[in-house]
Parts: sequence; structure tokens; C-alpha cells
Amino acid sequence: MSEMSKIVRTISSISFPLIIIYGLYIISHGHLTPGGGFQGGAVVASGCAMILVAYGSIWTIGKMKEKNLSLLESIGAICFILLAIFGLGFGAVFFNNFLVGSDFLFGTIPSAGSTIANINTGGVIPLMNFAVGIKVIAGLFAIVLVMAHASSTREGKK
Amino acid sequence: MILEAIHIILPILIVIASIYAVLLKDLIAAAIAVSAMSLMLSLEFYILQAPDVAIAEAGIGACLTTAILIIAIKATKRMEDET
Repeated sequence: MSEMSKIVRTISSISFPLIIIYGLYIISHGHLTPGGGFQGGAVVASGCAMILVAYGSIWTIGKMKEKNLSLLESIGAICFILLAIFGLGFGAVFFNNFLVGSDFLFGTIPSAGSTIANINTGGVIPLMNFAVGIKVIAGLFAIVLVMAHASSTREGKK
Repeated sequence: MILEAIHIILPILIVIASIYAVLLKDLIAAAIAVSAMSLMLSLEFYILQAPDVAIAEAGIGACLTTAILIIAIKATKRMEDET
């Protein structure tokens, strides 16, 4: 796909950071509010697809290689499995929530019940949300990017 | 009262958008009809107290599926053949 007009490019450059911040908010508040890794990753991948449609696939694949996206997706999956195996090592069972109650990272237990303001709770669940979010962003954006790039190179050969 | 009215109006609009997606000969217009159907479906999910499913439906159904369909239509022909 070739790039679109200057009006479309300017408007998508302005609204791209807002979409990215909203998606990262959904990912990082996944254990308190509706949403989580998959939903926030889908929102961020939608913003990246908007940039792809506005600027064209040649420009976008110069900024973000498909090989790096594949690497990022594998990093997300490996982080998820490694956190589960850490639960096997520190605790007793697979997927054990070993961080809760340790006052380290996302580890505090609120005294009067968890509300929407207690971001520093949940133990290992926010870290797994981050891992799933990275995997979903990279996977969904890689599908759209490879498809747009393949169709544009086929147009160039004709 | 207004919630019941929305509960009646939204499924009718979803059915109308789906019929347009099947009947239209212009494939980009059909893809936009699918996108509008998905957006109204996510609004219906939000009214039915499932905001989790609504966010996933609005992200996947209304945005990414439409982008993939439009990229695929631009690589092929736009109008459907008369058979």
C-alpha cells in the first residue's frame, strides 16, 4: 500500500500516542479493571495498523522489521512460561503466585480489601499480563504488516 | 426505559448491516458494513454488562479484521463479478 495524503498522516500522527497510551493502560491495569493482556494488545496493534495504513508498508517495514516482531513474540511467550516455571521453583506448583505477600513487585496485600486504586497488588498476574500483551502486539501487527507488504510488492511487479 | 429501547434497536441494526454485507456488490462497502456490524455488536456486549468482551470485539472485529479485508481487496479486484 502506498502512503496516503498529508491530512491523513498528520491526524494519525496526532492520535497514535493516545491510542498507544490507552492500550498500555488496559494492559497494566488488567488485574483491576476490565481488560487484560489480550485486549490491550489488540488496541495497541490497532494503532500500529492505523500508522501502517496512513504511511504505507514500505516506510513501516523500514522502521519495524518483521524479523524483530517475530523475536518480540517469542520473548513474550518465553517470559510467560518462565514465570510459570519460577512458580514451580519458588513455591510448590506450576503457576504458583510466588510474588504475593513479599512486598517486592506487585506484592502487597491491602489490609481492607482490594479496590481499583491498589495498583501494587496481584503478585505475578500483572507480569503475565505484560508478557501476553507483548506477544499479542507483535503477533497481530506482524500479520497485518506482512500481508500489506506482500500485496504491495506484488503490485510493483505488475 | 431508554435501555430497553436500545436493546430493541441495536439487534435490528445488526441484522440490517449483516444483510447489506451479504448483498453489496462493492467489496469495500461490504467490508465497511461488516465493520459497522462489529461495532454495534461491541456496544451490545457493553450494554449486556460484559466490557471485557466489548473491548476485544472493538479491537479485533472492528479494526484489525477491516484492515486485513481492505488490504486483501486492494490486492485483488474491487467489484464482485456478475455470475
